[in-house]
Amino acid sequence: MTLKTFKLGGIHPPEHKISAGKAIELMPIPTQVSIPLGQVLGVPSIPIVKRGDQVQVGQLIGKGEAFISAQVHSSVSGKVLKVDGVPDSSGYRRNAVLIEVEGDDWTDGIDRSTELNRNIRELTQSDIIEKIKSSGIVGLGGATFPSHVKLMVPKGKVAEVLLINGVECEPYLTSDHRLMLERGEELLVGCQILMKGLGVDRAIIGIENNKMDAIDHLASLIADYPGISIQALKVQYPQGGEKQLIKACINREVPSGKLPIEVGAVVNNVGTAFAVYEAVQKNKPLIERIVTVAGKSLMESANFQVRIGTPISQLIEKVGGLPEDTGKVISGGPMMGKALNSLEVPVVKGTSGILIMNAKEAKRSRAVNCIRCGKCTAVCPMGLEPFYLAQLAKYEDYSGCEKNRIMDCIECGSCMYTCPSYRPLLDYIRLGKTQVGKLMRSRQN
Amino acid sequence: MNEIILYAVISLGAIGVIAAIILFFVAQKFKVIEDPRIDEVEEVLPAANCGGCGFAGCRNFAEEIVKAENMEGFNCPVGGADLMTDIGQALGLEADLKDPEIAVLRCNGSCEHSPQKVQYDGVKSCFVANALFSGEGGCAYGCLGCGDCVEACDFDAMYMDEQTGLPVVKDNCNACGACVKACPRNILELRPRGKKDRRIFVACMNEEKAIPAKANCSVTCTACRKCEKVCKFDAIKIENFLAYIDPHKCTLCRKCAPECETNTIWEVNFRPRKERPAVKEQTVPDKIAEKPDSANPLTKKDEKSDTAVKDASSESKGEAKTDKQV
Repeated sequence: MTLKTFKLGGIHPPEHKISAGKAIELMPIPTQVSIPLGQVLGVPSIPIVKRGDQVQVGQLIGKGEAFISAQVHSSVSGKVLKVDGVPDSSGYRRNAVLIEVEGDDWTDGIDRSTELNRNIRELTQSDIIEKIKSSGIVGLGGATFPSHVKLMVPKGKVAEVLLINGVECEPYLTSDHRLMLERGEELLVGCQILMKGLGVDRAIIGIENNKMDAIDHLASLIADYPGISIQALKVQYPQGGEKQLIKACINREVPSGKLPIEVGAVVNNVGTAFAVYEAVQKNKPLIERIVTVAGKSLMESANFQVRIGTPISQLIEKVGGLPEDTGKVISGGPMMGKALNSLEVPVVKGTSGILIMNAKEAKRSRAVNCIRCGKCTAVCPMGLEPFYLAQLAKYEDYSGCEKNRIMDCIECGSCMYTCPSYRPLLDYIRLGKTQVGKLMRSRQN
Repeated sequence: MNEIILYAVISLGAIGVIAAIILFFVAQKFKVIEDPRIDEVEEVLPAANCGGCGFAGCRNFAEEIVKAENMEGFNCPVGGADLMTDIGQALGLEADLKDPEIAVLRCNGSCEHSPQKVQYDGVKSCFVANALFSGEGGCAYGCLGCGDCVEACDFDAMYMDEQTGLPVVKDNCNACGACVKACPRNILELRPRGKKDRRIFVACMNEEKAIPAKANCSVTCTACRKCEKVCKFDAIKIENFLAYIDPHKCTLCRKCAPECETNTIWEVNFRPRKERPAVKEQTVPDKIAEKPDSANPLTKKDEKSDTAVKDASSESKGEAKTDKQV
């Protein structure tokens, strides 16, 4: 098998996949959950329950009515305490439904057996899209883009190939890796459902070759699933980026500012494929996900199957509590994750991992002057000039940012990782992106 | 040898004369006729180019004011009433005088009142920090303490207090508004300096309900409505769980401040209150309680704010009041 990768930029951070050998454990149901209504890259959902209501597992509690929006379901059964603003990972209040857990009653119609159901013959394309939409499935790789929107190919565009993202290029994270090993068959059925929903007959699962066991495991299964192939990829960060994966697997480049469908590809995460299987075959909405809890100074790292809304503090307690020298707790991986403001924030659909960094690792070095070495430009996988964009954003030249294609930035953090002057490039670029986004929206209106 | 020098002098002289003639006619032809009053006005302006008047620098202000033939809406906050009267006299117009203003910080979330919960390690800029998280103390409305306002100040009228972690507006503030624009959370507000430089305002911007607000800060406005009830001049309004004192209606009667349970209402430059049994101790920080320099000419001549509105009706406000306080 020839190894492929993307050509432009990229870095090789240490992998630290310490929890790769740990099987997925089922996390006990917490006593109280807080389920945010804005777990999607789009319009937050509208709550349809109120204080005092009794809810069951899998019951719809938030309706996503806008085009880019998603349904939210209760992950536990119990009583709704309140629907109110709850601080999210940044500390700002966002609307969430707080539920006090009472027992574990599931709504009727959800098949909780673990039996594999491979029968997808009767499904039609619109059935699949409708099912994915009503199950509230969003991209579980972290960007949380509603999955049903990806399947609705715009007029004039043709989907040719479905790419399944099993790259997991972020250091420390192993949730997708474990999923591929332990839920391989389900994943492949989910992949077939997605292919049918999209109307394509070809799917490629891209996996980096640091997960040889996953590659071998899936390769041993694909004989029963026509159309699906596995592509081993050379380890390089940020290969899990949509555009990088397309370049690596089918050697096509997504034009600036366009979506992957422009080159005939649709990318979905392995986690999403598994969620699609559960939604379509088992009628189970997205109420659980796999979360890696890892850290060098932790007693043990682990992979948990967690109900959405579980406080992160409970996950940390399960692995032996916060070590004393903790400097930062990050939601996501070390490259793109976000430092948490409080441990009481809940696990959401986009939480792929919880990373505990010790004080030494967490400390940022003091930024010094840019020496114009050009390393950031060399590693940028999107071919941008991070030092220039950061400077433009710092001095508030947002139209300059836009001209220099700041919106193409995927915020992978490679520039900041490689910068010998420890400059906070991504902080400024993110700021520039928000401002340019505002500019573009105001122009549209 | 002499001849060469002579030719050189003559030819250069001739070129000079010809060039001078050409330049003379060109200058006549392309002469820009400018109102001489613009220069006169610009002469007296402070030349700070701070933008506080709303124009792009002092020259632009002078041009616009001369063009407008009317001083309504024109105000140089740096020069104040004196300067505007001078300009008015020079132009033969009546000056549109404004009360002198000062920037006030509507947040008291110091390290003591709003203890640090997390540590911010990113770029030292409020603008960036605001986009990333709610703040080290947890309040999503309070001061972030990175000092964007201090950096924006052209008049050295602000500094960061190391102890409180909050910026302090000095008395030489010219109310140019640069800090107001720099603050991503709109905490700084331009308010009238008030009679004898005395001001009363609510030092809080938190629009959360009482319990979550108090979880982050001990001096937050809890919207208990006590100040609103005690105010006879209808100057205090509560919106979105936050009290706001209208400086144009406030008569500085000082009734509201002792009512405030969380000491959110600040009284600046007042004499210490006489001891009264029911009144709680004032916790106005030293820096504010100090008497200001009497050197500031702007405040001395301020007679305008004396005529604060007194006709406000004291009849009961119609709406039902529910105490949200816990």
